[in-house]
Amino acid sequence: MWITDQTSLLSVRALSVEFRTRTGVVKALENISFHVNKGETVGIVGESGSGKSVLALAILGILDRAGRVTQGEVLWSQDTKTYNLLNMPEKKLRRLRGKELSMIFQNPRVALNPIRKVGKQLVDVLRCHSDLPRAQLKKRALELLASVKIPDPQQRYDAYPYELSGGLCQRIMIALALACSPQLLIADEPTTGLDVTTQATVMNLLKDLAAKQQMATVVITHDLALASEYCDRIIVMHAGHIVESAPTHPLFTQPRHPYTAKLIAATPEPHRGFDDLIPILGSLPDLRRDDLPPCRFIGRCDRAIEICQQQPLPHQQVDADHWVGCWHPLEKWT
Amino acid sequence: MLQVTNLTKHFPVASKTPRWLPGDTKAQYLHAVDSVDLTIQPGESVGLVGESGCGKSTLIRLISRLLEPTAGTILFNGADISQAPVADFAHSPYRAQLQMVFQDPSDSLNPSFTAFDTITEPIRRLGAPKDRQRLKQRATELAQQVGLPPDLLRRFPHQLSGGQKARVGIARAIALNPTLLILDEPTSALDVSVQAVILHLLADLREQLNMSYLFISHDLNVVRLLCDRILVMYLSKLVETGPVDEIFNRPRHPYTQALISAIPAFEANPHRIPLTGEPRSPINPSPHICRLYGRCPKGDEHCQQTAPTLQPVNDYHQVACHYPDPPQ
Repeated sequence: MWITDQTSLLSVRALSVEFRTRTGVVKALENISFHVNKGETVGIVGESGSGKSVLALAILGILDRAGRVTQGEVLWSQDTKTYNLLNMPEKKLRRLRGKELSMIFQNPRVALNPIRKVGKQLVDVLRCHSDLPRAQLKKRALELLASVKIPDPQQRYDAYPYELSGGLCQRIMIALALACSPQLLIADEPTTGLDVTTQATVMNLLKDLAAKQQMATVVITHDLALASEYCDRIIVMHAGHIVESAPTHPLFTQPRHPYTAKLIAATPEPHRGFDDLIPILGSLPDLRRDDLPPCRFIGRCDRAIEICQQQPLPHQQVDADHWVGCWHPLEKWT
Repeated sequence: MLQVTNLTKHFPVASKTPRWLPGDTKAQYLHAVDSVDLTIQPGESVGLVGESGCGKSTLIRLISRLLEPTAGTILFNGADISQAPVADFAHSPYRAQLQMVFQDPSDSLNPSFTAFDTITEPIRRLGAPKDRQRLKQRATELAQQVGLPPDLLRRFPHQLSGGQKARVGIARAIALNPTLLILDEPTSALDVSVQAVILHLLADLREQLNMSYLFISHDLNVVRLLCDRILVMYLSKLVETGPVDEIFNRPRHPYTQALISAIPAFEANPHRIPLTGEPRSPINPSPHICRLYGRCPKGDEHCQQTAPTLQPVNDYHQVACHYPDPPQ
């Protein structure tokens, strides 16, 4: 099993999520275990459809009604106590969400309320979760706008989301998420749709604020290069499984799971020629199938051996804090 | 092959004060593309980069004649195609020569057309009239060329994966053997695994069919792989143009430098140049102030008085800056 640290802020254990659809049950997540320590930045990477966003929603308990957690627990440590978020009463959970655990959603323009001024949206969060007197709410909201480096916060307070650029909307989302200084922030594709220059400023902003507030961050992204730059540890997902988890440097220099290696080889890089860009053939398996092989990567893998067909996926530790879900991982070269 | 001179597009912007109120009645224009000059040689692949809102998409819509330019000429194989109204251009013989691959493969395919309908649509509209048998043959041929299994031709877009939809979009664009293919972020909606396949496909097709590419992307790593020459655009103007290697290894314009230093990479980039502040407004910009002024680390009084124009730094490389980096 993946070892989950008792002292970590968040630990997810053997989590499985299914979606009931008209065409069958989609096994979106299977046996997911990982942990996030205090103040750490963890990246979750994988192709679209690998279950990254579902995982985030499951942790916060805001899955779609068709989705169901079939097993596992999400342990949250606070004030020396540990809670299981999955069986916490909704009332208590609501007090936690947005305050201790908060999330930046994928598309800021869609996630913001289009008919409410952005300043008011910030005040809403503060009214819900802080005990500030009414008179000070606006002042605090303006401070928050300034803290995410929005120029001219006085004027932007009264702006509607459509009046702001994508980069500014994203900063509003960050201000909303960080309004109550959460312990953990889950950022789902925080920079998709932003330009490289804006992307760099948004990510640096997140990093600085996280460091200032001692906040743990989970960055969900499909951009490997981005994850490699900003995360301490990376978790690679494929078709609802965690296939590899390791500190950033070893993961990128010495990937052990064939999928991770292929993902890295398929990413265009400044010093990589066209011939070194190797596509990953095949596609994700249909997660509705009843006879899913134990290793969901088997159809795209060129290292598959007999045991891959029969035995459930192993979770081997191959190095310090480096875990691989594969029977035939790549060798470590020295 | 393509020669664009002084191409300009201004969009009128509604004034905030109602018309019946006295006060500012000056017409406001959003300068989307301002006096852009560019050329594309036969067989050349040119990349166009810049942040969102800088006018990239407007520029290619002008070149592909989907928008009426405010001023300027577009010479395509020696003929001026900018004069005919947009509606007439749809029947022009040049339409077949100049095709586009659109940004999001899911949004740019007609949901009620099968892949076969989509691919053969340009042939039915512009090509020589063909009987169904010949159309079928051509569609199969095109499907094979773009690596789409021919039995998928009967499917509708919602039955295809992202990569397959991208292939249908490409097949439609090359159906009439165009000489210039304009690609608007063809891989931005795709996963890295599929992106690599499509990039290889595009490179192979260019070689096989001897097309020129005008390739728009915000992913500079992708542009670098596929293009010979790069145009960098900032707030409706070209700020730097040059061969790929020179632009990447020795960018001269401060904006290009910031752009290239911001590319995320597996090895952390210690020399990141931040661009602070918000971009200037594209509505009625002053013709005398450099567009980057206010975000540029080098900006000074001179930049506030005269806007720089594109000046050659060597035979192939042009920069619009008063203080470009010296050559090494």
